[in-house]
Amino acid sequence: MKPDQLLRPAPAGLYCPAGDFYIDPVRPVARALVTHGHSDHARAGHGAVLATQETLDIMEIRYGADFCGTRQSAAFGERIEVNGVTVSFHPAGHVLGSAQIAVEKAGLRIVASGDYKRGVDPTCAAYEPVPCNIFITEATFGLPVFHHPDPKAEMGKLITSLRQFPERSHLVGAYSLGKSQRVIRLLRDCGYDAPVYIHGSLARLCDYYVSRGIDLGDLRPATVEKGDKTDFRGAVIVGPPSAFADRWARRFNEPLIAFASGWMMVRQRAKQGGVELPLVISDHCDWPELTETIRELAPQEVWVTHGREEALVRWCELAGLPARPLHLVGYEDEGD
Amino acid sequence: MKAFSTLLDRLVLTPSRNGKLKLLADYFRDTPDPDRGYGLAAIAGTLDLKSVKPALLRELVLERMDAVLFRYSYDYVGDLAETIALVWDQERKERVPDEVEPSLSAVVTRMNALGRTEVRGAVRDLLDRLDPSGRFAFLKLATGALRIGVSARLAKQALAEFSGMDVTEIETLWHGLEPPYEPLFAWLEGRAERPVLATPAIFHSVMLANPVGDGDLVNLDPADFAAEWKWDGIRVQMSSSGSTRRLYSRSGDDISAAFPDVLDAMNFEGVVDGELLVGGTARMNSPTRTFSDLQQRLNRKTVNTKMLEDYPAFVRAYDVLFEGEVDVRPTAFTERRKRLAGLIDKTPHDRFDLSPLVPFATWEELEAIRRDPPDPVIEGVMIKRLDSPYQAGRMKGPWFKWKRDPFNIDAVMMYAQRGHGKRSSYYSDFTFGVWTEGPDGDVLVPVGKAYFGFTDAELEVLDRFVRNNTTERFGPVRAVRADPAHGFVLEVAFEGINRSNRHKSGVAMRFPRIARLRQDKLPADADRLETLMAMIDAREGVADI
Repeated sequence: MKPDQLLRPAPAGLYCPAGDFYIDPVRPVARALVTHGHSDHARAGHGAVLATQETLDIMEIRYGADFCGTRQSAAFGERIEVNGVTVSFHPAGHVLGSAQIAVEKAGLRIVASGDYKRGVDPTCAAYEPVPCNIFITEATFGLPVFHHPDPKAEMGKLITSLRQFPERSHLVGAYSLGKSQRVIRLLRDCGYDAPVYIHGSLARLCDYYVSRGIDLGDLRPATVEKGDKTDFRGAVIVGPPSAFADRWARRFNEPLIAFASGWMMVRQRAKQGGVELPLVISDHCDWPELTETIRELAPQEVWVTHGREEALVRWCELAGLPARPLHLVGYEDEGD
Repeated sequence: MKAFSTLLDRLVLTPSRNGKLKLLADYFRDTPDPDRGYGLAAIAGTLDLKSVKPALLRELVLERMDAVLFRYSYDYVGDLAETIALVWDQERKERVPDEVEPSLSAVVTRMNALGRTEVRGAVRDLLDRLDPSGRFAFLKLATGALRIGVSARLAKQALAEFSGMDVTEIETLWHGLEPPYEPLFAWLEGRAERPVLATPAIFHSVMLANPVGDGDLVNLDPADFAAEWKWDGIRVQMSSSGSTRRLYSRSGDDISAAFPDVLDAMNFEGVVDGELLVGGTARMNSPTRTFSDLQQRLNRKTVNTKMLEDYPAFVRAYDVLFEGEVDVRPTAFTERRKRLAGLIDKTPHDRFDLSPLVPFATWEELEAIRRDPPDPVIEGVMIKRLDSPYQAGRMKGPWFKWKRDPFNIDAVMMYAQRGHGKRSSYYSDFTFGVWTEGPDGDVLVPVGKAYFGFTDAELEVLDRFVRNNTTERFGPVRAVRADPAHGFVLEVAFEGINRSNRHKSGVAMRFPRIARLRQDKLPADADRLETLMAMIDAREGVADI
């Protein structure tokens, strides 16, 4: 079987002609396999959706119960037939419920990794390498400049700042699915047990994480009922970064803006965003993780999707591995 | 290196002065000698470190990585030192434990002891042993490109904060001491006596004036005061003792190297306070030139012959602190003035003159003089109490400054950017423009940017306008609606205006701020670029005669 009979890029996303389904389609299709719940990968309006139970739950939280026609949950490692193609889901270590999808027919196996990371993250199942002929990797941080440091050491910077500036409200920007919960969990692991205040848009997802056994400690809504700004003196508030540019942020005392993201590795990015305390905490692979993963899997071919494809393709060439960029569109480069 | 690189990382992203002071004071408190002294030197610009050429750094990094991958990385990051700091480790590396990372003092000592042929190997080794943030700090220090938005003055203020000592005392000692400043820290922490200085030509903290506020002068008798012109140059202190001559800026930065013309002419012994200007002295009967001419000479490490000819510098003296070895600061203004006149009289007449007194009988008369000064390079008057001693710092009472009224124009808001810290949720930095003729009728051309002058309540109004009238977004910047019939008119006040070829409009304002919100006006009523050009011509017209 030729690889492009099994998977190939199409306008709606990665398409499997043999099984007539898409992986992470960016527009409504009849049959979709979804790697994880981030909104650029998991969209509403498909006919049938196959995903892990957590991803299905997250889609329901975000889009409502009628987000698709029919749904089917896939357990990790379970082999499922879709129109004569065998598919299986494997942990990707990106966010709760995130999976790589292996697609197999006639002895050819392609693994679409979705977004993934190799670093330790207690809020989701750890990445598992899946041997394959062709490996499709993301390249969000596909440049040699990206080296994500130890997340606990990064969180230590926030703890230090809370001690140095006890009067300021520390606003930590973190995307609502995955990063927020990981940041809160990291704070707890660093021994921070005071209440953490959360932006309204995080509440349901945090509740969901807690219901799946991930302890986030004392969470409170970051709302001011009667009190004043001094209520949040020295407090940690977690919210989506977009909210910090909003009037919403005015309720806090001398806010100090932190942002938990892999992009914070580059000083100018932090500076442009008005971030005072960058925390390099990422849910994607950094450069060494990307290259290690490719070396470890040793596939016959590498396909590179969203991100900085050209550098990773170049690296593969230097390593003697055939590689090509897929040029898929519609996946956000920014969301980390 | 860890403590220092962490401090740098925080300082560059901390906009508020108080935040910076806190970070610096904590660093001085928590970091041992001699590291903190070298850190202080790096920030204050007194650190001497063997320099490394960017070309060598490129070679070193290309020894270990593909040139194409390096180019992709550099294109993305945009800063050579930062790119190298980030790409140095190609593979996953064990985190460098803080205690085995070389300390800042170890880096400085090692670099400065190197012979020419040893630099390459030593830099490679240091880069291997530092973490990314430490590498960044090291590379910035070694390439001499450390820019962190902290002045030497702020660093001294932080020393004062951390020790409880007076900043003027620290400034007085500053130029007699050298990195790593161990005797200074010992004294600041109360572990040793005040250091005794070997260099005689040290900087002495200057006496500063307060602006005249409403009603400040009402109860003061004009007969107790003298007035002088306030010249639009920079405040300097000349210190001359034996063969040692120094020129210091107001904050105590040594700027001697950029002004050999002034330095060579300092044939007196003592410490003199005055205004550094460009042009000819009153003693030569030639005009004083504008601040933009003086700017040609500022912020330079060295100066060439052509600059010295085209922009000759001189000092208009207005006070004396030491005459020879004698400290005359405790004597009255009138007494010091007499001594100063005698001293200046014996100096080269093309490099020094005496700031003339401006006679006046009443405050009303002085007010009239202030509003209409006889020379465009005058920006107001100084009022000094006749019996006042020379006291460092900004005391209320003995000295006042009374500036000429600022310039005012009506401009149209064009772009707005979010502020920092407390203002990070507000659009508080405004780019404003005035009308000029374009190919298809009048267009707005940006002439400046202002981010203060308004009240919190006014900021709410401005912010609301920006949010409701955004036409385009560029990252943190928004373009706002600005048509002749719809937009926001801002009355902008500024201290001066110059020609500039770095700005599209061809003009550059000094200290622009928002004076008033003119919601009563339409953008069509705002000023034109011609009006600003006329302001420049009015100033230069007189000065260039």
